[in-house]
Amino acid sequence: MLHYAQEQLQGDYYTRAFQAGAQEDTLILNMGPQHPSTHGVLRIILELHGEYILRAEPVLGYVHRMQEKMGEVKTYPQYLPNMGRVDYLHALAWNWAYVLAVEELLQLEVPERAEYIRVITCELNRITSHLLWWGAYLLDLGAFTPIMYGFADRERAMDLLQIITGSRLTYCYYSFGGVTADLTPQFIDGTKEFCKYLRTRLPMYKDLVTDNMILRHRVDDIGIIPVDMARRYGVTGPNLRGSGVEHDLRRNTPYSIYDRFDFEIPAYEECDALARYLVRMDEMEESLSIIEQAIDSLPEGPVTPPKMPKVIKPPKGEAYGAVEGARGVIGIHVISDGTATPYRIKLRSPSFSNLSLFAEVSEGILLADAVSILGSLDLVIPEIDR
Amino acid sequence: MIKKTPKQSTLQGIKSLFVGLRVTGHNFVMPQITTHYPRQEVDNLVTYRGHIELVPKEDDPMTSKCILCGQCAKACPSNCIELVIRKEEVEPPPAAEAQPDADKEEAPPKPAPKKKVKRILEAFILDYNLCSLCGQCVQTCPVDSLEFSTNSYLAGFTREEFVFELLERMRKKYKASSSG
Repeated sequence: MLHYAQEQLQGDYYTRAFQAGAQEDTLILNMGPQHPSTHGVLRIILELHGEYILRAEPVLGYVHRMQEKMGEVKTYPQYLPNMGRVDYLHALAWNWAYVLAVEELLQLEVPERAEYIRVITCELNRITSHLLWWGAYLLDLGAFTPIMYGFADRERAMDLLQIITGSRLTYCYYSFGGVTADLTPQFIDGTKEFCKYLRTRLPMYKDLVTDNMILRHRVDDIGIIPVDMARRYGVTGPNLRGSGVEHDLRRNTPYSIYDRFDFEIPAYEECDALARYLVRMDEMEESLSIIEQAIDSLPEGPVTPPKMPKVIKPPKGEAYGAVEGARGVIGIHVISDGTATPYRIKLRSPSFSNLSLFAEVSEGILLADAVSILGSLDLVIPEIDR
Repeated sequence: MIKKTPKQSTLQGIKSLFVGLRVTGHNFVMPQITTHYPRQEVDNLVTYRGHIELVPKEDDPMTSKCILCGQCAKACPSNCIELVIRKEEVEPPPAAEAQPDADKEEAPPKPAPKKKVKRILEAFILDYNLCSLCGQCVQTCPVDSLEFSTNSYLAGFTREEFVFELLERMRKKYKASSSG
């Protein structure tokens, strides 16, 4: 027979620490780590008064894998596959942020064709990420069919990425100074076709879901994040643009060749879940337009730099690579001490900042709306824990 | 471009429900797009990148292109490649007898030529349990002696089944293709 100490029966450390300040006649509820709407292992401790949330506290670290520490024991190229595992939905953006930082350390020039390939594949990956978010968010809100449509379209994009990268989810495609494989005619034709196809699907999404009265009631005026709150927590990406700030690294500090393309930065001023929803739906169209422009002006040439050092040993120094991922600004700070292993790698994940504001935003709202807010933030848990 | 979210009247809302039903009805009569595995299989497995295989030499399919440099094992982030190398001493070719020169007798005699050591690949062991399919080994190989397999239906019951001896696999594959 098992015997538990009295304090063990009251829950783990987080629950006990949380209960200390609770009022009377309230209910402490663990939302997660195994909750369908947390998409991974996010745990949120809630103090409920009836159906209303008084306090909320996210508990992190269930999928902590020491990604930063791993960077200190592996060589520069050996750390590349880790990037795909940090954020499994927009792996190529993480790939990009890392190679951007190391390229800055090495003073490497990236061939023009490789830059175009990076733009095309990264935007395609952004679309797959948004499609999954779209399906999963609506699944949280109780609509089952949209995820089927979203996944059917996402499969097509993943088939395309599989042609050149060889994998479907955790890509390890960019290398220092270029990309590992050139585009094939099959990929180029398939991508052109996919862009046309998705443009016919997006109006269907609008008819089926965006204009739907039931969805409007679940997202309109729910989870209002004012601009100053977003700025305090360091929110970036579609969540910040949903608060009416036109901030996008692709436009504000154009890295790579993003300054050559003509695209809009969608932003909505309502600051609610609907605004964040619409930002992502508009972003998919913008990504399609970027892909089409990039494919039309794709130059010929090599995809790797002509002179590549055999062993990658950057000189002493620091570099910061930042790109716009599907969830916000992805930043990687690499410090080199002149050896083949990085001295330190710091990963800045957008989802961490985006989740941090949940405690403040969820005060005094209905429990059902908390699910809607969590979904509208588009969290990827492995990215939060790293 | 900062936009305003479109607002909806009740009438528009009710209309939206019927529009949604029309979409669902349209998709209901569309042909099925899913694949019923295992009765059917998807057709895009050619581009799948599975575990690595050794590439044989063109003129001798029983030996691999591998030059035993060990770059792949060094590049691997998860240390899943192990090369078993046998060293064999090879008799040096007999040096041409120099004509004895009476004038230069005090010159030191030539050192005996070193015995050459030939390194032979005994086994190329891949522990596929640890592999993360990043492809670093294939990229670093200087002689393109590694390639990806396309078997996406690989399955097994024990860990040991996923420790492959790639040299043996390469030879078996050739034997199977030459006999059949």
